[in-house]
Amino acid sequence: MKRRQFTQAAAGLAAATTIAPFGIVRAQSRTLKVGVLLPRSGVQAGIGQDCHRGVQVATGILKELGLPGLEIMNGDTESNVDVARSRAERLISEGAQLLVGAFDSGQTTAIAQVAEQRGIPLVINIAAAPPITEQGYKFVFRNFPTAPMILGDAFANQLEVFSASGAAPKTAVFMHVNDTFGVAMQKGFTGVMSKFTMPYKVVDTIAYDPAARDLSVEVAKAKATGAQALILVSRLNDAILLTRELVKQRWSPMAILSMGPGWYEDQYLKTLGKLGDGPISFVPWYDPNKKLAKQLEAAHRKAFPEINLNTNHIYTFEALLIAADAFKRAGSADPKALADAIRATDIKDNVSTGPGIKFDAKGQNDKLKNSAIQNRGGKLVVVAPKAASNAKPELPIKPYDKR
Amino acid sequence: MPVEIYLNVAASGLLTGLVYGLMALGLSVIFGVVRVVNFAHGEMMTVAMYLTLLLFGALKLDPLVLLVPIAAVLFVFGYLLQIGLINPFINRPEHSQFMLLVAVALILVNLQLIVFGPDAQGIRTAYSFDSFQLGPLIVDAAKVYAAGAALVVAAALFAFFRFTLLGKAIRACADNYEGARVVGLNVKHLYALTFGLGAACVGAAGAMLMAVIDVTPTIGPAYTLLAFVIVITGGLGSMPGALLGGLLIGITEALGGVLFTPSAKSMFAFGLLVLVLLFRPQGILGRKTA
Repeated sequence: MKRRQFTQAAAGLAAATTIAPFGIVRAQSRTLKVGVLLPRSGVQAGIGQDCHRGVQVATGILKELGLPGLEIMNGDTESNVDVARSRAERLISEGAQLLVGAFDSGQTTAIAQVAEQRGIPLVINIAAAPPITEQGYKFVFRNFPTAPMILGDAFANQLEVFSASGAAPKTAVFMHVNDTFGVAMQKGFTGVMSKFTMPYKVVDTIAYDPAARDLSVEVAKAKATGAQALILVSRLNDAILLTRELVKQRWSPMAILSMGPGWYEDQYLKTLGKLGDGPISFVPWYDPNKKLAKQLEAAHRKAFPEINLNTNHIYTFEALLIAADAFKRAGSADPKALADAIRATDIKDNVSTGPGIKFDAKGQNDKLKNSAIQNRGGKLVVVAPKAASNAKPELPIKPYDKR
Repeated sequence: MPVEIYLNVAASGLLTGLVYGLMALGLSVIFGVVRVVNFAHGEMMTVAMYLTLLLFGALKLDPLVLLVPIAAVLFVFGYLLQIGLINPFINRPEHSQFMLLVAVALILVNLQLIVFGPDAQGIRTAYSFDSFQLGPLIVDAAKVYAAGAALVVAAALFAFFRFTLLGKAIRACADNYEGARVVGLNVKHLYALTFGLGAACVGAAGAMLMAVIDVTPTIGPAYTLLAFVIVITGGLGSMPGALLGGLLIGITEALGGVLFTPSAKSMFAFGLLVLVLLFRPQGILGRKTA
């Protein structure tokens, strides 16, 4: 190599070295591509679309909080595990840098496997099956309580409700939907309940088909036990069907205690009117006294005046909050940097009940708390825990024939 | 467990079974005459259910009143479907007919998804939450009315086939296709009428079911399968067999659910089907074929 050639090559190298960082900065995206996987069609379509409302209100609030923008890529799992897996693959192939989803534990399990294999962070909005965060995954994070956490808080909150209302059932029937979530809850139910001194004895456990169109047999069987309370793990459609059957079969339990979705959802309240009042749901909820909760409530009311803020909106919103917060701190959309940033999340001003958002070594936010909410006049009030409540519980519930 | 529970559940299963029976009757009538298996049967029923939903919203008429115009609309739909789409397939291999009707079913489901969305939708009549108490029995009022209407429609259909000239002509086509043509019957027209009548049955059943259950586009395939289970149990092509099959499946599911576990109640219906196929392959009231 001649001296002139060497000098030119060295100058070129120096120039490239000097310019390169700027090149990287230029190539670095200013928005994070987030693939949001939800069951937008199929049997869970109503709930999937409800979760999407959380996505719709998130953009404005994240901007107000000074967080970077998110480019949302929507994916439909069609309420099907196999479709969930293939949609996750497709979203990643199309450039998604982070995944959020997917409401259902079975579908989320499939997506988590894809996320881990492809090294793309997954922030779970809603899914309670414990094994998801027990696999040693490095790219999977869940800001939603596991089934045992939901159950533990449910029993604790029940005791608080019974104490505050001065009424407690002596017997109960446990009815649950026979899907991944329902079975996980059923498995945990007995074990967790034994850790509490509950005033009631569970006299029967009844599982039912999630796609059932008629639950008359199930309710007849529950009624025949003569139980005072009904404890449920349901979805929306079956919650409506069960209430109709309770009315038709002239059975008014003194307490309807739900440990899952369905009983507090807007469609339930609208479809049943006065007959929808009374059930208490023990669910991952929000603390109405938190600043960000009030901000989310206001934005949600403005966007969807006919719809109450609920679990689906709150946790989908928080999943995006986690994504935006991590992206800001990571300063990069590099999957590993994003995963490291999510692992270091420490959001104190959040929406959900509990001290805030922080993940343990398994990627689980184990500090989350659940609330007890009661349907009153087509609205929802928080009745426990007392620190995050805005009303007192009313038990026994008014009999159906006296409404 | 008290005896009343079994009585209540059996009564509920019996009433539901009658409506199922009427739905399956349509399938049986079509197969009995046209020899085409309608794989879009449940999907046609959801069309009727959505029509009920729309008309109920617009006119506030009871589904039991709406079943007349809805059965008429489905009759026209069935007639046109047979004339325009199925007739050319009558002499083609069975797999061609199968694919054609599965395609019709898929198109119907997807059209309903586009138009009505995936959410369950229902109607609330004056008696939606009513029940009758007869001693220890508490019977769902909507199911009683729906079952009563199913019996009336089924009786009218039996009378039509037994006592009217048109009904006799359709039966003649079913018994002897060549003979019917030789005596000058317009077989194509009669086939279309039969398909229309089968569709009208499923239309009436759909209107009645709307008083009892909610509708989503995706329930169609489940009801197609249910109709098959019923007609195969009762005897494919046998009208009384379809009603009997409906009753048996309704009661079996109900009692199976209460005796064992409700989440597995469909298993008992399929168990009954397996038993029938093993010991009486032509169905309980079906005729043996060569």
